[in-house]
Amino acid sequence: MTLKTLSAVSGMAIVASTAALAEPQAEVLHYWTSGGEAKSVAVLQEEFAAGGGTWTDMPVAGGGGDAAGTALRARVLAGNAPTAAQIKGPAIQEWFEEGVLADISAVAEAQNWAEVLPEAIAAHMQCDGTWCAAPVNVHRVDWIWANAEVLAANGLEMPTTWDEFNAAAETLLAAGIIPLAHGGQAWQDATVFEAVALGILGAEGFRKAFVELDMDTLTSEEMVAVFDQMRTMRGFVDSNFSGRDWNLATAMVMNGEAAFQIMGDWAKGEFIAAGKVPGEDFLCLSTPGEGFLYNVDSFAMFEVDGQDKQDGQALLAELVVGESFQEVFNLNKGSIPVRTDVSLDNFDSCAALSSADMAASNESGSLLPSYAHGMALRGAQAGAITDTVTAHFNSDMSSADAVQMLADAIANSL
Amino acid sequence: MTKWLEEHMPKLVLAPSFIVVLIFVYGFIAWTAWVSLTRSRLLPRYEIDGFIQYDRLFASPRWDTAFTNLFVFGFLFIVIAMILGLILAILLDQNIRTEGAIRTIYLYPMALSMIVTGTAWKWILNPGLGLEATVRGWGFENFTFNWLVDPNMAIYTVVIAAIWQSSGFVMALFLAGLRSVDQEIIKAAQVDGIPTWRVYTAIIIPAMAPIFLSAFIVLSHLAIKSFDLVIALTGGGPGYATDLPATYMYTMAFSRGDIGQAASSAMIMMMVVFTIVVPYLYSELRTKDD
Repeated sequence: MTLKTLSAVSGMAIVASTAALAEPQAEVLHYWTSGGEAKSVAVLQEEFAAGGGTWTDMPVAGGGGDAAGTALRARVLAGNAPTAAQIKGPAIQEWFEEGVLADISAVAEAQNWAEVLPEAIAAHMQCDGTWCAAPVNVHRVDWIWANAEVLAANGLEMPTTWDEFNAAAETLLAAGIIPLAHGGQAWQDATVFEAVALGILGAEGFRKAFVELDMDTLTSEEMVAVFDQMRTMRGFVDSNFSGRDWNLATAMVMNGEAAFQIMGDWAKGEFIAAGKVPGEDFLCLSTPGEGFLYNVDSFAMFEVDGQDKQDGQALLAELVVGESFQEVFNLNKGSIPVRTDVSLDNFDSCAALSSADMAASNESGSLLPSYAHGMALRGAQAGAITDTVTAHFNSDMSSADAVQMLADAIANSL
Repeated sequence: MTKWLEEHMPKLVLAPSFIVVLIFVYGFIAWTAWVSLTRSRLLPRYEIDGFIQYDRLFASPRWDTAFTNLFVFGFLFIVIAMILGLILAILLDQNIRTEGAIRTIYLYPMALSMIVTGTAWKWILNPGLGLEATVRGWGFENFTFNWLVDPNMAIYTVVIAAIWQSSGFVMALFLAGLRSVDQEIIKAAQVDGIPTWRVYTAIIIPAMAPIFLSAFIVLSHLAIKSFDLVIALTGGGPGYATDLPATYMYTMAFSRGDIGQAASSAMIMMMVVFTIVVPYLYSELRTKDD
């Protein structure tokens, strides 16, 4: 080999390597590791690669994101933050306050996020006036699922008030069917609680209590009524509910052992995976009362060095909110697109209902963050409420005591 | 040079592990103590803010439950595991033929991880799947054993599973102790016509006092750091009825982004360990001086 060809070859190698360096890079820390979720992430990876980027996957399974949170903390403290991480709700603001989040306003403005996202959800993605996170999907939390056959056999309709629900449950109890399939885990207790609270307090009361932590609302008579309804519901679950996983509760509704379940729309994924058809085998309706409780997954972008990584963030942000990804991902995940302008032709009737309700509640100001799923409050306050809810639900505490305990716990958590 | 090496070799060899322990045990204890005095939330902060985290801790009803549970669980677990272990060891000590096989069978639960123990007992104690359903299936319709789902009784299911796991190990400890008692004394007692139970209560068991102490120390630290068993068996539930300090600490640090609370609860746990271990160390060191 002559010196000339050698230098030409090495010159090419340098060109090739700089080209490789300039490619958008993204190291993404997430906790979507179960079947449908992993499939959904693969969609994003493919789109990212098609956009010319290199994706480094960093999935951390376990604990509903707790393990991922721990990994993220370790990475950030070590000064080696990932390009993007799956963080949601007020945690985005908490990380922003630690001064580690990047500004992706350029992409957000170019893609016109302010126009296509519902206002309440867009607010979560903004830190102090700049955009710092990209929303992926909207899960609705305040759903009530029912076995269509069981309801028909007992001459029941989907309940639209809590009184109707209680009456239906009494009928089912008399017929020897478990009215409410429920798993006794703290977060499931909290999920039912917030659905009841939204129904009884109304959208404004819910916001005051669980977003603003207004003590007058938290200790009001209505809140006592919320706990009263929880006590009533306790009578509608079977005696063996402690520790049951949510998907086992869903299975109870599926096979007719139980009639209703109050759970977010990830439960729909279980029904559909079992080959059930919405509207025929199972029914979906929002829980009694006005409003829409959302649980929005999102990617927060971290402050990173290097043009390639910053390009990666921009590409990732653009793709995540992009129409094609929003459709494909949410079809896989069972949630609905966060954009209001995505066609819902391929989605099922429950998703269409969810999307229509989201638009309507966005108009009326009753589009609210779910406290039970870490969208409304920071960990310590949300945890304090959940402790009280689960202590009340699993004992014979009076509603008045529970309200007092709730107020004390929140004061103590601040 | 060789002489110098000879003199300093032990120190040189010990130095790395000494430094590692100094940093990773005592250094981090000091760090945790520091953080427990701050208002750390998601990430640690270092501005000292007094005993606010301890005030919050003692005002928390959940911590109250966790701390009470530690004593209920710890006391019952240690006492019952020791009594059962001792009885098993004495029965095995009767020169029976299949001792080796039986010893292995009793020791085997120790080879399982607490997660496996917890999961197995979760199924056994589940009223809809396990014991209660089985006995009802035999025709005893009124049989009830629902401790696992009863907030007032659930902590005792943790005790049951922990005893099942550890009593074989305690038995092995005691068996070794029984064998180490001077056979001459026992024979002398037998020649004097002293009944076997008196031989045990008056000679063998008093001679085994150090074994009791070791068993107590091992079991009490198992009790205080108990975490995986509760997670697998009850998940802390129903509600938070079976929370222990270790699960409380985990929840605060890793689920709720409340590192200050987690640090203060960890410090309290450490103090509990100290109140048990320090007298032990003190007595150990003193006997060496004598």
